[in-house]
Amino acid sequence: MSPKTLYDKIWDAHLAHEAEDGTCLLYIDRHLVHEVTSPQAFEGLRMAGRTVRAPDKTIAVPDHNVPTTEGRENPEAMTEDSRIQVAALDTNAKDFGIHYYPVSDIRQGIVHIVGPEQGWTLPGMTVVCGDSHTATHGAFGALAHGIGTSEVEHVLATQTLIQQKSKNMKVEITGKLKPGVTAKDITLAVIGETGTAGGTGYVIEYCGEAIRDLSMEGRMTVCNMAIEGGARAGLIAPDEKTYQYVKGRPHAPKAGHWEQAMEWWKTLYSDEDAHWDKVVTLKGEEIEPVVTWGTSPEDVLPITASVPAPEDFEGGKVDAARRALDYMGLKAGQKLTDIEIDTVFIGSCTNGRIEDLRAAAEILKGKKIKVKRAMIVPGSGLVRAQAEEEGLADIFKEAGFEWRLAGCSMCLAMNPDQLSEGERCAATSNRNFEGRQGYKGRTHLVSPAMAAAAAVTGHLTDVREMT
Amino acid sequence: MMEKFDKLTGIAAPLPLVNIDTDMIIPKQFLKTIKRSGLGVNLFDEMRYDRQGNEVEDFVLNKPQYRDAQILVAGDNFGCGSSREHAPWALLDFGIRCVISTSFADIFYNNCFKNGILPIVVSPEEHAKLMDDAERGANAVLTVDLENQTISGPDGGEIGFEVDPWRKHCLLNGLDDIGLTFEKSASIDAFEAKASAERPWV
Repeated sequence: MSPKTLYDKIWDAHLAHEAEDGTCLLYIDRHLVHEVTSPQAFEGLRMAGRTVRAPDKTIAVPDHNVPTTEGRENPEAMTEDSRIQVAALDTNAKDFGIHYYPVSDIRQGIVHIVGPEQGWTLPGMTVVCGDSHTATHGAFGALAHGIGTSEVEHVLATQTLIQQKSKNMKVEITGKLKPGVTAKDITLAVIGETGTAGGTGYVIEYCGEAIRDLSMEGRMTVCNMAIEGGARAGLIAPDEKTYQYVKGRPHAPKAGHWEQAMEWWKTLYSDEDAHWDKVVTLKGEEIEPVVTWGTSPEDVLPITASVPAPEDFEGGKVDAARRALDYMGLKAGQKLTDIEIDTVFIGSCTNGRIEDLRAAAEILKGKKIKVKRAMIVPGSGLVRAQAEEEGLADIFKEAGFEWRLAGCSMCLAMNPDQLSEGERCAATSNRNFEGRQGYKGRTHLVSPAMAAAAAVTGHLTDVREMT
Repeated sequence: MMEKFDKLTGIAAPLPLVNIDTDMIIPKQFLKTIKRSGLGVNLFDEMRYDRQGNEVEDFVLNKPQYRDAQILVAGDNFGCGSSREHAPWALLDFGIRCVISTSFADIFYNNCFKNGILPIVVSPEEHAKLMDDAERGANAVLTVDLENQTISGPDGGEIGFEVDPWRKHCLLNGLDDIGLTFEKSASIDAFEAKASAERPWV
């Protein structure tokens, strides 16, 4: 048998049909659904008189629109259009009999945090969701990617997706990370290296010592941003850490099935002589805490650097950099650590898990914020409860942070959490696009520790200099 | 039923910026709709209008010669970012049926085909020529022929392009994916039975 990558193995195990022209139907094990990209899909089913083929494998949770302030159960807390969208998901979940975590449920949260937390996401699965950050679930060695609403409807109706196979890319991070360097810095550094289109047409497998050393939370952060590098999905082969994370979760395999599952999961790795279409290697010890200066996730530099000039780039990127500097209100040559910050946002499917909150709390303990506002939005109700139990919430509140309820919040600013014009934010989210966090808002992407450091000093700060 | 795409002759608008993301194509406040229609007026909203809702004069689609554009010639990595299908819905609602670039983000590229929009990848050299054509204002008329896989410019030059045969077939005939997949239900049933025996925990 020819050697295979992890991606090849998962692909082969889910191939339901292959046409003569090579078009494939891939069977989907888990379909995650949220309120923004699903209403038109359910409407399509109704109009065609179709049903959900596998409601047991379909899990819905509202996250994008929901307010993160207390009293959000009150319908008045949402705008009319948001309310209609969330109500549509309530109705669709009920009508089609799919698993559902409503806003009132403590298990509610960002769909990509809830899936793994509840044990829906398991090694070797195919996972899709009408959301580009579905790549997150790849941390478990699951083939997971975002799809559009038409594809959501296709998966609801058929439990399959029409696919063509991507190419294989290996991203290896060798060696150990230095203190102060996190999973977020790895994933941003990789995008800085490959560019936002560098992964187009590929599924990435992240490997190497620095990846193995990461916790499951860290691995989810790395895979989460595979899409920002243009890849269809990011994968990390499962290992003992994966099994331990999964074991005992509500929807993990139970006794009897557990052993059977483990037997298969242990075969899920890339064979030694498997073929890679592209290989990128970064030395872990050379990665520094990074920050974005522009309006694309590829606009990334070590925190010790200065703002670049448009002339530092080539081709279409010259004009893009000029436009980005203008939008961001920055001047070439300005030290990144001199950039003053108005707002700090810690949360999102990239960095809204318990480990992220612990990293922020470590910096914030006994300190006060110097920014105008700062908020922590846990990724789920259960993350929030755990942070409260560990005393982290008190540290945040004493430092001057707002302690919010779970949701996507200011990552994409569909709910009331938005930047105002010109407001500058250090954010742990995943996109620094123009207008992403609010009209004319300015976003610098950083790790949770770096975001906390900026909150304390009032400007972008090298977390390694925090004592 | 998806609208067919066979041959299109229309005005091509130049949008040379690289990395145009789906937040730029349709900002998030317009994602709160539960419909697919009506998004064209908000296409490129933050570039197209000022805060008071007035048109920004020098934005390409506000210029008189490009108001009826049906083709976009855009910079590298068009459609990156979010999976929102609202992006192709907004393009379609505005009247754009074809986007030409040197590269597209994966999800956006897929989403186009589901909505009767043809995304075309061309080489950087061909892209420069088409961008030049698109900058000719009212004379920026291109003809895109899907059957023959060609783009013809105003000066008669022809450029060939690649497209996956299955996707081409679906676009040419306006075929509904779900209906076609239902024809393979027996394969899906068989796969499901086999998979649930092998991996009963799923």
